[in-house]
Amino acid sequence: MAHITIDGREYDVDDTENLLAVALSKGFDLPYFCWHPELHSVGACRQCAVKSYRNDEDEKGMVVMACMTPCSDGGRFEIDDEEAAEMRAQVIEWLMTNHPHDCPVCEEGGECHLQDMTLMTGHTQRRYRGAKRTHTNQDLGPFINHEMNRCIACYRCVRYYRDYADGDDLRALGSHNNVYFGRERDGAFDNEFSGNLVEVCPTGVFTDKTLGAHYNRKWDMQNAPGICTHCSLGCNTSPGSRQGVLKRIQNRFHGEINHYFLCDRGRFGAGFVNRDDRPRQPLVRNADGVLEPRDMDAMRATMEEVLAATTGMIGVGSPRASLEDNYALRNLVGADFFTTGMSAHDQAASLAGKAALEAHAERIATLREVESCDAVLVLGEDVTQTAPRVALSLRQARRNRHLELAAQNKIPKWHARAVRDIGQYNNSPIFSATTQATRLDDIVIEPQRLRPDGIAELGFAIAHALDNTAPAVKQLDDDTQALVDSIAATLKGAKKPLIVAGTSLGDPAIVHAANNAMKALAAANAEARLFVTFAEANSLGLAMMDAPDIEQAFTAIENGTADTLVVMQNCLYERAPKARVDAVVKKAKNVIVMDHSLNRTVGEAATHVLPAGSFAEADGTLVNNEGRAQRFFQVFIPDAPMQEGWRWAADLADVAGRDPEWAGMDDIIDAIVADYPALAGIKDAAPSQSFRKFGMRFPRSPHRYAARTALYANVNVRERRPTVDADSPLSYSMEGYYGEGQPPSTLAFAWSPGWDSNQAAITRFQDEVGGHLKGGDPGTRLITPGTDTAFAPADVTRVDGWQAVPMYHIFGSESQSARAEAIAERMPEPVFRVNAEGAKTLGITPGNDLSLTIDGETHAFPLDVDPSLPDQTIAVPVGMHGVCGVRLPVGVEPK
Amino acid sequence: MEQTKVLTQRIRDDRAPVWIDDYINEGGYEALNKALSDYGPTEVGPLIKEAGLRGRGGAGFPTGVKWSFMPRFEDRPDERPKHVYLVVNADEMEPGTFKDRMIMEGDPHQLIEGMIIAAYAIGADMAYVFIRGEYVECQKNLQRAIDEAHAKGYLGDDILGSGFNLKIYLHMSAGRYICGEESALLSALEGRRAVPRHKPPFPAASGLFGQPTTVNNVETICNVPHIVKNGVEWYKSLGHNKDGGTKIFGASGHVAKPGLAEFGLGVKLGDVLEHFGGIRNGRKLKGLLPGGGSTPFLTPEHLDTPMDYDGVGAAGSRLGTATMIVFDDQTPIVGVLKNLEHFYAQESCGWCTPCRDGLPWVEKMLIGLEEGRGQPGDIELLDLHVKLLGPGKTFCAHAPGAMGPLEAGLKYYRDELSALIPDDATTLSLTQAANANPL
Amino acid sequence: MIELSQTEIEHIQHEMTLYEDPGAATIEALKIVQEHRGWVSDEAMEAAAKVVGVTPTQMEAVATFYNLIFRQPVGRHVIMLCDSISCYLVGYEQVRDHLKTTLGIDFGGTTEDGRFTLLPICCLGDCDRGPAMRVGEVYHDQLTPERVDAILAEYP
Ligand SMILES: Cc1cc2nc3c(=O)[nH]c(=O)nc-3n(C[C@H](O)[C@H](O)[C@H](O)COP(=O)(O)O)c2cc1C
Ligand code: SF4
Ligand code: FES
Repeated sequence: MAHITIDGREYDVDDTENLLAVALSKGFDLPYFCWHPELHSVGACRQCAVKSYRNDEDEKGMVVMACMTPCSDGGRFEIDDEEAAEMRAQVIEWLMTNHPHDCPVCEEGGECHLQDMTLMTGHTQRRYRGAKRTHTNQDLGPFINHEMNRCIACYRCVRYYRDYADGDDLRALGSHNNVYFGRERDGAFDNEFSGNLVEVCPTGVFTDKTLGAHYNRKWDMQNAPGICTHCSLGCNTSPGSRQGVLKRIQNRFHGEINHYFLCDRGRFGAGFVNRDDRPRQPLVRNADGVLEPRDMDAMRATMEEVLAATTGMIGVGSPRASLEDNYALRNLVGADFFTTGMSAHDQAASLAGKAALEAHAERIATLREVESCDAVLVLGEDVTQTAPRVALSLRQARRNRHLELAAQNKIPKWHARAVRDIGQYNNSPIFSATTQATRLDDIVIEPQRLRPDGIAELGFAIAHALDNTAPAVKQLDDDTQALVDSIAATLKGAKKPLIVAGTSLGDPAIVHAANNAMKALAAANAEARLFVTFAEANSLGLAMMDAPDIEQAFTAIENGTADTLVVMQNCLYERAPKARVDAVVKKAKNVIVMDHSLNRTVGEAATHVLPAGSFAEADGTLVNNEGRAQRFFQVFIPDAPMQEGWRWAADLADVAGRDPEWAGMDDIIDAIVADYPALAGIKDAAPSQSFRKFGMRFPRSPHRYAARTALYANVNVRERRPTVDADSPLSYSMEGYYGEGQPPSTLAFAWSPGWDSNQAAITRFQDEVGGHLKGGDPGTRLITPGTDTAFAPADVTRVDGWQAVPMYHIFGSESQSARAEAIAERMPEPVFRVNAEGAKTLGITPGNDLSLTIDGETHAFPLDVDPSLPDQTIAVPVGMHGVCGVRLPVGVEPK
Repeated sequence: MEQTKVLTQRIRDDRAPVWIDDYINEGGYEALNKALSDYGPTEVGPLIKEAGLRGRGGAGFPTGVKWSFMPRFEDRPDERPKHVYLVVNADEMEPGTFKDRMIMEGDPHQLIEGMIIAAYAIGADMAYVFIRGEYVECQKNLQRAIDEAHAKGYLGDDILGSGFNLKIYLHMSAGRYICGEESALLSALEGRRAVPRHKPPFPAASGLFGQPTTVNNVETICNVPHIVKNGVEWYKSLGHNKDGGTKIFGASGHVAKPGLAEFGLGVKLGDVLEHFGGIRNGRKLKGLLPGGGSTPFLTPEHLDTPMDYDGVGAAGSRLGTATMIVFDDQTPIVGVLKNLEHFYAQESCGWCTPCRDGLPWVEKMLIGLEEGRGQPGDIELLDLHVKLLGPGKTFCAHAPGAMGPLEAGLKYYRDELSALIPDDATTLSLTQAANANPL
Repeated sequence: MIELSQTEIEHIQHEMTLYEDPGAATIEALKIVQEHRGWVSDEAMEAAAKVVGVTPTQMEAVATFYNLIFRQPVGRHVIMLCDSISCYLVGYEQVRDHLKTTLGIDFGGTTEDGRFTLLPICCLGDCDRGPAMRVGEVYHDQLTPERVDAILAEYP
């Protein structure tokens, strides 16, 4: 603790902090550029000048940079000081000597930190008469636009990209007033977290190209609190829209999950919402196999006929749809006829994951906690490709050793450059066993490449080494035993060890192994943490719905118990091999699909299609990988007759005479909670639809939301009355209560007086800058301690001979984002990979096609050599290039 | 005025290098023998401190004090980091400075011997000489000297049976003035962009590759053997005032006999100038930069200034590298300032705003003044830059260094500068200015 | 993609052993490549980056920072004329103008016959003998227009 004075006001503050962070936390408007709550201080921009006085006698004081000034006890500081203010204004004048002043055509305009700081310092009169230097821009790929002339050389981009995200292809080039931030040549950024540059850059050098394609000012957008649907981590987003078009995804600060950063799949993957080929009308497949539109009345009549004639419905839910949508389907088909829509192996792995979480309910790591762990073991998961955001957190975890070394040398934690310099050759230990090389290998100690059974065995062996009552595995060779012992010793010696595992290899044994290791660790260390990743945004939620997997639905059709499949936002072809699905579909009399995308099921299998809203057009609750229920809200109302999946299901239930009479979200949530006590927490994930603050709703649009009357001028020039939201306490307008007192889960966008940029404005909503949201980070944790406390048996399934293992890719393996144009552009070409020995054995020259039958389906792709792969192991691209629905890993017989 | 030749005692008139046999014949490596046999590793530092040796690289920080910041591992050998480093700063890019070059070319063993003793004193096992890229001759001579020293057992493992080990490597810079700033130099040695680091932490805590490091100037290090060999009293007696020892002085520009000479610290400025033949062509002195491009001007009224750290400081400047740049009464001050500020603007590393964007502006204003395109307000704008590019406001001392001569220029030659603004000049609007006379 | 010569690679690899972190030889690698090729092309830089184990962007960041690394082709002889204060005081401008007219190029330019590239350089540490310049690695000082002509003649 330190007692300090700022502008005459006294504070007791954290003495490990720097003055800028403290001043911002206390609500002062102190301008800055190079500092960032996650990137800390480097003192480059010289914008945060304040006057510092040594003691009470000191009358002269000295101008210092707040970001580089420790808050030591007795410190006396003036922000409101003439010389400091002059310095701050002058810094802007210097920065502006070369800035193009192109705000009117700049996409950052209106949410530009440079604009804000210019206003804040009061610099108005330009005195520099020189010519401006200009730069050439680079083509940085489909995600990010580059406009170097706007650069003010704050170095934030490289500090984020290189020092935080460990990206290697963006650097400061050149020198003196000719510094340039770019790659050595044109090309897409290599790092999976490059999109954050858009928000980290305080001006318009790096902007969102996908927004630029249909540009809108920030103040003209309608936003909603969103949850990313492209993996299981549940990062909070703020999607922005206008006139029914989803314009962009921005980060929405969540103190325990994503805080300031998203992955590129999350940021640029939402383009699927705007696709022209989406079903927008009810459709019925005619005799020629073509889907024909029907108006609502005709469709109702058709559905009445269909439901009256059916001998039985079976529901296929979806791990990527909300609990509400799934529950409404369950209500429609009946509890006994609802399936989760997950494949058998995915469901088994997910249930194992759920059990592991329950066994360690108090030790489930949030993403934020991952960053504070000082030793990590990753079992099986190639997280960069399957749950990308946690890879970025693991990169921070390894820096704990840097902080430790810094502390030993009395270097404050915020002194970014010094911490990096002293720590550069010392990382906190990260171990990882995966089937193939991963993008995290650069920070992993001796990366292990094993087949899934080997990974599980390694995990079991580590658990046994940690606690010899944990089941052992067969005799290990000396090298492996030595490795196991060293990993166990490191985890044991750590202050806060972390085990990461997941379901992407479809092998529950890996999760069991992680569970055992965790149990062994936790006995001695209460700080030990577990992090489990799941396949999809609501996999864990569906696992909690206690329903059978999709096999039951297929069997019901196959054995004639039912003749009608009702599918909620799912694609059957992603869940089972094509031949199997084709047969089921052929046998089924009706395949009724409620979906928002033209997936294969809609396009080839559906007999009836009901156009459902995507995440942007619906409200709902998702359960992320830590068991946190989070609500997302409708960003814009889709054109009728499109509507939420749960509304379609309720409408169908009405047709079938089982109208649940849900008037809005509150009703369906109550119904869910009544049926599933374990999900009771979802009620608190966000305020109810009737919640008001001082009688007011919460706005979706900023105060300056412009041209409201012109917004629908193509339809009607009169200003429309904003639609009333029946499902949430948000308004479809700029009216309402906006501010610190609003429940954080309803915060649709970040703005505060004087602070228009997303990452700076959010400060006013945080308990301290970079900390947690005032009123608590959104969501409720649902996982309650389970009863099963025994070690799992160390059983693994071994495949002799060749085995196919999945090869995930951040851009492509997730089917919704893969339909976004920008992501599709980054999708890798299809290849099969084997090691060099494998290529020799197969007798195929790399580059030539290998034809491979996996789980009954045959694919031919060029062969590529990846020396990291274990022997007789073929890596198969999954979720793309038609490789969907097959069970992996699986034994194969390449010919 | 007689020179007091200590560091330059062996340097030949033609600067042909003194190789090891001659060096030893002339008393070389005696100091090393003495240091290793008579002093424990922690005893040399205090000696240097007592002698009052101050850094010759420009800042004048007491060398013994700097060494005392180095962590010691004698009683905790387990915690000894992989390496402890001594780095010699031979970047010498300060305009008007050419003294280190003479030492390295003419008497390379003097530096090597000094480095071995210094490394012993701070507990270093690895040493680098960071040499500016153009000094190819220095590199050749030093490399040969290192090889010779190795052959004689002065370098390498178990030096002279003392158990002390040292390796010395040479690093040739790729050229940039900021590399001379000691923390930027460390970045450059690590193969990165030479961007300075914030202090604290000082290099002694986290230096090269994050490990304990001391950076010293070539000339500083060359003093060390002489102090060890001849003692503190002798060393102190060399100076004219309280700063002990000698300093290599240099003169360039409008002096009759430019070159280098060694005097005891505290010698009068006028005497030094006289040694270099006074102003050439019978002209008068207008002003001089006493110790390189970043030291504020001194003028004829300062000829009695004692040339030591405090003396020059009291006269409003800095001793700096003590290589003075002299200009006569026919030299327009604006040209001198323009040339200097061009250098500093070019050599800014680009890290911090005031320096990166302020210096080019200053340069442009000076060019404008020189070309008769000044406007009312320009002088005040220059004043503002002097104020806001001062110490503490920029990230490192580069920009404050650039402001040294400008501040003095605005003080001593203000009327001359103001007179450059045409009488009929008015403040033009930005567009008018851009069209009529862009800076 | 070009390959570096065995000599270049060995030289770079040797430099890599002189530092705790082999990556520290980035600057040496650039200088070595330049020594053999006169300048550092994109391809040569990529090849050197591979030897040192850094990315091309990383290497470019370093290459573009330093004055003595040429990322564009230069003439057979690179003239670096000191433009700092001491030389400025004793006739730099005259020598500069003479060089520019004689060679018919401005700073940064290369003569059409590829013989000379003219560059400004800051203080060469030859201040007592200014004006000074370097041609290749050789210092020439106390320059006058006449001396410059004689010196240029020495460089075919
Ligand atoms: C911009 C700048 C350039 C410098 N250049 C040099 C230099 O070329 N040579 C040098 O010895 N010191 C130079 N210094 C001083 C060094 O930072 C450092 O103080 C010195 O090397 C320490 O050695 P000393 O204590 O022996 O003087 C420079 C400082 C600054 C701020
Ligand atoms: S003052 Fe700033 S920009 Fe200038 S050299 Fe120092 S750190 Fe670099
Ligand atoms: S100023 Fe030209 S060599 Fe020193």
